[in-house]
Amino acid sequence: MAQMHPDLQLDDVQLSVGGRALFAPLHARVPGGQCLTVMGASGCGKSSLLAFVAGTLDPAFAAQGSVRVGETVLDGLPPERRRIGILFQDDLLFPHLSVGDNLAFALPAAVRPAALRHQQIDAALASAGLAGFAPRDPATLSGGQRARVALMRTLLAQPLALLLDEPFSKLDTALRADFRRFVFEHARSRGLPVLLVSHDEADAVAAGGPVIELGVGAA
Amino acid sequence: MGQAHDALSDGLREAFRTASLLRWAPAITLAAFLLPIAAGLAGTLLPAMGWLPALGANSFSLAAWYTLFQAPGFVSAWQLTLFTGLLSTLLSLLLALGVVAFLHQRPAARRLGEWMAPMLAMPHSALAIGFAFLILPSGWLARAVSPTLTGWELPPDVSTVGHPSGWPLVAALLLKEVPYLVLMTLGALNQINAAAQVAVARSLGYGPAQAWFLVVLPQVYRQIRLPVCAVLAFSLSVVDVALILGPGNPPTLAVLAVRWFADPDTRWVFPAAAAATLLLLTVSGSLLLWRGLEVLARQWLRRRTRQGVRSAHSAVAAGLATALAAALLGAAATSMLALALWSLALQWRWPAFLPSAWTWDNWWRQASSLAPPAVTTLALGAVSTLLALVLVLACLENEVQRRPSARAEGRDPSAAGRRALWLLYVPLLLPQVAFLFGLQVLLVRIGADGSFWAVVWVHLVFVLPYLFLSLADPWRAFDQRYARTALSLGASRWRVFWRVKLPILLRPVLLSCAVAFAVSVGLYLPTLFAGAGRVATLTTEAVTLSSGADRRVIATWAILQAAFPLLVYALAAALPRWLYRHRQGLAR
Repeated sequence: MAQMHPDLQLDDVQLSVGGRALFAPLHARVPGGQCLTVMGASGCGKSSLLAFVAGTLDPAFAAQGSVRVGETVLDGLPPERRRIGILFQDDLLFPHLSVGDNLAFALPAAVRPAALRHQQIDAALASAGLAGFAPRDPATLSGGQRARVALMRTLLAQPLALLLDEPFSKLDTALRADFRRFVFEHARSRGLPVLLVSHDEADAVAAGGPVIELGVGAA
Repeated sequence: MGQAHDALSDGLREAFRTASLLRWAPAITLAAFLLPIAAGLAGTLLPAMGWLPALGANSFSLAAWYTLFQAPGFVSAWQLTLFTGLLSTLLSLLLALGVVAFLHQRPAARRLGEWMAPMLAMPHSALAIGFAFLILPSGWLARAVSPTLTGWELPPDVSTVGHPSGWPLVAALLLKEVPYLVLMTLGALNQINAAAQVAVARSLGYGPAQAWFLVVLPQVYRQIRLPVCAVLAFSLSVVDVALILGPGNPPTLAVLAVRWFADPDTRWVFPAAAAATLLLLTVSGSLLLWRGLEVLARQWLRRRTRQGVRSAHSAVAAGLATALAAALLGAAATSMLALALWSLALQWRWPAFLPSAWTWDNWWRQASSLAPPAVTTLALGAVSTLLALVLVLACLENEVQRRPSARAEGRDPSAAGRRALWLLYVPLLLPQVAFLFGLQVLLVRIGADGSFWAVVWVHLVFVLPYLFLSLADPWRAFDQRYARTALSLGASRWRVFWRVKLPILLRPVLLSCAVAFAVSVGLYLPTLFAGAGRVATLTTEAVTLSSGADRRVIATWAILQAAFPLLVYALAAALPRWLYRHRQGLAR
């Protein structure tokens, strides 16, 4: 299971709005299975940093620098061709699809026939402690359950790296620790490089990797 | 302190009084537009079954249906109706969805919306006349390429306008319906978190267009279903555009019915009523068929979703749809330009690309005949819009004021509003010809046919739904805390309405009125029937002239007809911007 993914690498990345740089140029290398945490107050540009890596940066921002996964340079690629998974604060499960169809949407078409697809979806649900949930309406799930389905959906698309945009901040304290552990275990067991942005110290501790403070040293 | 308290209790008393009056608003409003429709339907269905005592027919028979079915060209007329109605609806929807799928993530989407909104104000008939000037064998398109590219020394001997297949009719319907459905879809997008969901789908490997079709469309279709149904019903039963661009013999079913209703020999009323009834059945059947297509399309989309196929086809299709829609917008603009040039032409010989001599004389010579219908058009539009505005505001205020009590009783406060939505669409889902004749009979009986107020009433039937549909959302979204703050400062309900609510909502109120006014200006068949041919508007005259008058004359009428709603729309957009130029919170 733990085949290691290539490194996620940021070279000299800097974002600016209207000529004002949000933070000092950023260099980072995240090996597979490790998590880099980027900390900073709200408005420091940490979510925009993830949007830049994912390829969904608002055109109001100017960006410099380069993002690579292994030898593949992602700059200029549209988000759908980057194979970068992302989890947001909201689970963003598609409300018109069942839990199982949300997962089927993510699973690559190469996984065939239908029986194999069902098998993989059921396995993913079982590993999230949600066996038998495939036909359910996402709206009937608890917040913690929805969050876990969202992670499984992201992972089923077989990403090369995982971005976490404060996905724990909206869960209540008890659930938060659980879900954190769940996310990091899955990412580690798949050998995915993870980039986490957060303003919560506890997230960084749980991630167990290096921490960068953003917004310090901005020009 | 005591004074403020008195003012507050006065305000409360006032509120109770107006609230009890307001309670009647929905009933009055529904009666104002549903009663004439019900009476009109009955007055059309009964003659179809041979019953019309006014003409001495008081026994039921199926003779009218035999006459209809045996009329020469009946089958082709019916086929033509189905072909043009279904095809133009399907194409408008596909193009509109393609445009939104292509543009939704680009800043161009908002500008496109702003460009397309005035298109809605354009009367169908003016656009159809302009389009005819474009595509006629001697029209502007042919002139643009002749004789250099084509070698045509004379206009080619082919049929475009009036082609038996009905393609010009389909194209002209697309000119109006694509922008309408694009704007409806863009509006529906605001109600779900579309951008974030598309971002997720893209991170899972789907292109933006495919992501939109698979993730966003299934969620917004429910909100555009009624507008799509209205487009379907309209396309199947439109009369003015079909008179201008459709084939003459046989024409569409709706035109056939109108032609027979207008026959001096009153015996034709019965087959006309049968044709109108058949059209009603055709529209109902098509709506059912459409529902079936929706289910199939939904199943197909769901299957694609489950298979997880990432494909670039959607992007190509959406790009193509956008290019076609842009071409349509271009054709509409060129059509209006062609009208303007013809109205200023002294001499414009084939195959010259531009008039060889210019003049204002067309306008001066027409001025005296243009003026009275222009005044009538303005008055009808203004009066029916104002009446509709009063009724709609009363209904919405009633709903807002009963919201707290509905919540207290554990009912969904907007449930009644959603149920009423279907009722609002009734005039837009029924073929006009299926109830206008019966309504005319009713008006004759009460001695009101041909009067200004009869026409106002019939206009109200169509103006009211559009005004309600465009004003309801902004009115319901108003932050009630402004009103509560003002009440607690001692202002009466009445004063709160005039000094706080209306000024804050001025922009949506004026834009909705502009939409309503444009609807009134564009009405052809309702004006013709309720006015008994004696109330002439720019639209009725322009459609009548389009069948034979000098192009320079037709052009002046069509231009003026299109100019009214466009000017009103521009005014409605500019006025709040100017009034609130120093109020950043409202000036948007």
